Amino acid sequence: MFGYVLKRIVLMIPTMIGISFIAFFIIQLPPGDYLTSVIASMSDSGQDMHPDEVRRIRALYGLDEPMIVQYFKWITGILLRGDFGYSFEWGRPVSELIWDRMGATLAVSMASLLFVWIVSLPIGVYSAVRRHSIGDHVFTLFGFLGLAIPNFILALTLMYVGYKYMGQSVGGLYSPEFVGAPASLAKFWDLLKHLWIPVVVIGTSGTASLIRILRANLTDELSKPYVITARAKGLPEHQVIMRYPLRIALNPFVSAIGWVLPQLISGVTITAIVLNLPTAGPLLLRALVAQDMYLAGSFILLMGILTLIGMLISDLLLAALDPRIRFT
Amino acid sequence: MTLVSHYDDLAEETGPAISPLKPGDDPDKIAVASQWQLIRARFFANKVAVVAGIIVLLFYFVGLFAEFLAPTIPSKAQPRFTYAPPQSLAFFVEDAEGNRRFQLHVKGYAMSVDPESLRRSFTIDPDKIVPVGFFVKGEPYKMWGVFEMERRLLGAINKRDPMNLLGTDSLGRDLLSRVIYGTRVSMSIGLIGVASSLIIGTVLGALSGFYGGWVDLSVQRLIEIISAMPTIPLWLGLAAAIPITWSPLKVYFVITLIVSLLAWTGLAREVRGRFFALKGEDFVTAATLDGSSQRRVIFRHILPSLTSHILAVVTLAIPTMIVAETALSFLGIGLKAPVVSWGVLLQDAQNIRTVATAPWLLIWPCLAVVVSVLSFNFLGDGLRDAADPYGH
Amino acid sequence: MQQTANIHEHTAADDLALTVRNLSVDYHLRSHILHAVRDVSFDLVKGRTLALVGESGSGKSVTARALLRIIDAPAQVTSGEITLFGPDAPLRVDEMGENSREVRAIRGKRIGLIFQEPMSSLSPVRTIGAQIVESLRLHRKMTVAEAKAETVNLLRQVEIAQPEQMADRYTFEFSGGMRQRAMIAMALACDPEVLIADEPTTALDVTTQAEIMDLIARLQHQRGMAMMLITHDLGLVAEMADDVAVMRFGRIVEQGPTDAIFHDPQTAYTRRLIDATMRLETGHNRPPPPMDGPPLLSAKEVSKYFGEATWRGKKKWGITAVDGVSLDLWPGENLGIVGESGSGKTTLGKMLLRIVEPSTGKVIWRPGAGNGDAAERDVTAMPKEALKGYRRAVRLVFQDPFASLNPRMTVKQVVGDPLIVAGLASGSALEDRVAELLDMVGLPRDAMERYPHAFSGGQRQRIGIARALALDPEIIIADEATSALDVSIRAQILDLLLDLQKRLNLSFVFIAHDISVVRYFCDRVAVMHRGKIVETGTAEQIITDPQHDYTQSLISAVPNPDPRNKRMASRIRFAS
Repeated sequence: MFGYVLKRIVLMIPTMIGISFIAFFIIQLPPGDYLTSVIASMSDSGQDMHPDEVRRIRALYGLDEPMIVQYFKWITGILLRGDFGYSFEWGRPVSELIWDRMGATLAVSMASLLFVWIVSLPIGVYSAVRRHSIGDHVFTLFGFLGLAIPNFILALTLMYVGYKYMGQSVGGLYSPEFVGAPASLAKFWDLLKHLWIPVVVIGTSGTASLIRILRANLTDELSKPYVITARAKGLPEHQVIMRYPLRIALNPFVSAIGWVLPQLISGVTITAIVLNLPTAGPLLLRALVAQDMYLAGSFILLMGILTLIGMLISDLLLAALDPRIRFT
Repeated sequence: MTLVSHYDDLAEETGPAISPLKPGDDPDKIAVASQWQLIRARFFANKVAVVAGIIVLLFYFVGLFAEFLAPTIPSKAQPRFTYAPPQSLAFFVEDAEGNRRFQLHVKGYAMSVDPESLRRSFTIDPDKIVPVGFFVKGEPYKMWGVFEMERRLLGAINKRDPMNLLGTDSLGRDLLSRVIYGTRVSMSIGLIGVASSLIIGTVLGALSGFYGGWVDLSVQRLIEIISAMPTIPLWLGLAAAIPITWSPLKVYFVITLIVSLLAWTGLAREVRGRFFALKGEDFVTAATLDGSSQRRVIFRHILPSLTSHILAVVTLAIPTMIVAETALSFLGIGLKAPVVSWGVLLQDAQNIRTVATAPWLLIWPCLAVVVSVLSFNFLGDGLRDAADPYGH
Repeated sequence: MQQTANIHEHTAADDLALTVRNLSVDYHLRSHILHAVRDVSFDLVKGRTLALVGESGSGKSVTARALLRIIDAPAQVTSGEITLFGPDAPLRVDEMGENSREVRAIRGKRIGLIFQEPMSSLSPVRTIGAQIVESLRLHRKMTVAEAKAETVNLLRQVEIAQPEQMADRYTFEFSGGMRQRAMIAMALACDPEVLIADEPTTALDVTTQAEIMDLIARLQHQRGMAMMLITHDLGLVAEMADDVAVMRFGRIVEQGPTDAIFHDPQTAYTRRLIDATMRLETGHNRPPPPMDGPPLLSAKEVSKYFGEATWRGKKKWGITAVDGVSLDLWPGENLGIVGESGSGKTTLGKMLLRIVEPSTGKVIWRPGAGNGDAAERDVTAMPKEALKGYRRAVRLVFQDPFASLNPRMTVKQVVGDPLIVAGLASGSALEDRVAELLDMVGLPRDAMERYPHAFSGGQRQRIGIARALALDPEIIIADEATSALDVSIRAQILDLLLDLQKRLNLSFVFIAHDISVVRYFCDRVAVMHRGKIVETGTAEQIITDPQHDYTQSLISAVPNPDPRNKRMASRIRFAS
């Protein structure tokens, strides 16, 4: 088991390097850099930056050096000093800006993952066991709808419905009076009141796909010979299902951490922009538009790493759950 | 002594006992059908998928003939009718004597000005009748950018009368026309995007599947890295790199490319998996032993077995692309005006107050996205189920 | 009901364990209704074994499952009485509700079931012990500790070594035979009165089969259980059964005491079935071809290691599949390669064709050997083009008649493909040649336009043979070519191959696990065990007078389809 964990971690390293490189490459893509956009906007307002000043800043951030050198500067800074670079736009180190936002992203993602699990497990089992029943058809239809409606459209619709029928503004994670207030039970309750909309919005498509997967897997497993063996033992039907096929059909629930998590983080990003949540999404969008490269790159990097860690956790949990994986 | 059952007189049966589900059915009919006939039969038995397929075709039909089907050109502003609500088509008018007469028409608008904010708002005026007809002359346009035309499918008979079946936006542009033109852009992005990701995915997937070894290993790594990235941040990053100065057409193609750049991994993975499975099949080994070259084995034996699956996967990938384009345009870093796509239309619905006054700006583009995506999903599901007629 | 009266004749009523009367099961499929079981009646008697024999699709397994009311959704019992006798009043199983408490009290407790595939019939994610404990707790109301102790006890009874440790292992850590032992322990955990064994040894090698059948017979004897043995193997029936019921297309066509069924069959079908089986017990009466000239094909010290790359990228040899094998095939000869699963026989066959590259050793081909020309070609060193020529002369017939034909091509395309690739024929010439080939393998010309899915297993195998013949080969390598077929069809295909050999002057390398098939078909036999050839000799000598210990144990473990001459009981065990 220890060897297995080690192997997984070692295998993760090249992927991590690849992700960091892609993240850096993307933010290097736009022609010019932050400085050119600053100069452009300054000359628009009739000011000119002194060429010496331009040169000084360029040298300071290594903007003239080849990309690969810049990449190494950036990545060694992160690895050795936890220094993610400097946000030009905010005039602060990136590391001061990102952690709160990433924390909120993680919190909303985890809440959504829980939601996905809690909702899809009973529905998936029901649909597989009562295949082609009316309930199954209704859930299947909802599943298709959940998959078909993009997150941001769902968010917009919920916002509209909330505004129109409940007269409530549904954006944000806290009501205005709690923003910046110290942690309290009331604040937590307020958070829950706000959290459910993003959680539903983000979790819906994941729930729909997990229901489909569970239904398909469980249906497959239900026709396996070992289920007949269990029945032939005289076990009651619910025990047959719980102890045998469900045990194996549950694997996708665990591996879901691996593939639903990227989906959820994606979902959080765009939903947060629509619902104006204080997660990484809105800040990332703004940083990208402003070419605030270190900030944008750090977000993309951290989101990638987060999903990688999710995959690792799901692999390890799978191995713990399923002896077949553990022993091979 | 052995005991002979009393069926001995019937013992020389030649096959298992079967009866048709309904009298008159012939259970043997499928025995001589080819793969595609079997797939077709199985697909057409799935009514939901067939209906979804028809809807998808309708969408493409609308996209193809957008100029003719739209009542006006999408950029035509009507400053007199901003945020005008949708009108509905009616068939009969009553004249002064109370006789009903057939006349296709919509009701006109009544304007009121809010005395405080000086904002104008429109309501439907049931007394104003705007006669509407088929194949009427409207704004001149170029069909497919080539043929000069004036007639449109449906329009107000008097050119100056307003006809906005789905309402108008902040500049008084006709939403129906914009949704129809948006259909062309959004649906074609799905198609072109899936074509390019299919090419990338199939080539890389097949290479990695057939050659295995280090080719496989590096392609796998690449797929793993790309699929570990959360898609939306990555899309955002790539789309944000598009210079503002680029022409709309260039942006259109680059957006398509971005969308497909990330979708090919799924396709490649699917193709690779199937390729590996098929490569181990006895009939592929048999083909090699028959003397077929590697190329012939791929094109004559493996690819034909893959096509139906690829078709299904592709159909299921198109909606992802449509959603991706819509999302990017919605966030303002995808397609931009004057190009009209569903995502661009939804940009107008970003402001909750706008949506509150003109909910149609949210409803119709959303409906277009959801219905098309749903149809593609049902169609793709049906195709996938039918794709392997030999499975059980 | 005249049949019912007949069945009772030979049994005292108080020995009855279970009776079935006029049982019928229908399958509602997508395109039609399949009457899988029709009016089946039989009795199970305490201490006796009833064998339900039939070829695939005859409805034997469905019948077994219907007794426990565990048939799958599209199937339903349409009529019939199932009565279970016991210490209390007889129970009507057919009248009990689906999954009712009464039915569940019977399953596992009073009727035990053993399946064909022990691997898939046991859950892979729970330990063997846990799955047995569950049964004990359910029916015998034991505490966890008692159940665990009893589980170890049961595992010991089925002769699993170190039962304490093995109870905590998973199925994939067991060998096939051990798994089946565990399955038996589970089926017998609650001391059932009736044991149903559904093809219990089909997935196992003959030597393991003999051991498992021994075990089952002994346990049955100890406990006085009534047993229903479902099998397609008449040899096993002769060795094990007291009574036989022969099923075909859902009906019992004949039933009676084993001896009578084998020596005095009444219906044409039973007679054919037994004839087909018995015929395979004899050698073909063909003078062996002369072995004086140069051999046509030789393997010289051929080995294959399957390696596993370590994480540092180095190769380490994991398994030695074939270990220094040498053999020769003379013109006109049928050489059999016999071995159990994992003996390396299939890998050897693949190396002869270079589908798998040998790790070491050489394959030598002498294309002119038939005319005494000893010019050698080294197959292992052949470049691509020359290899194509070799593969035209040496053809393969596959085991699985379903997987080996491209389902998307018509029979004409399948059979004609090698001709097209070789550029030998096209247009109407191609069509004529394909028709000629189909005629050779006994298929009508109009089969050409059909797709493989329109044919049965035996017909598909004929198509595969036609494809192999298309390029006028010298040698055909048949890898388990008949093992997927029912016994009556198996004999037909073997006769076809023998006939073709005579007409076309072919030589065969015939790879099989089934001794009787090899005896019927081959002149010489090489016995493989753990990657090595342990013994080579004429077919008759290997079967009647095996020299090597392993061959002796292998031959003696093969069930003999003659109830008057049981072989398995007096078999020789091979310890290695």
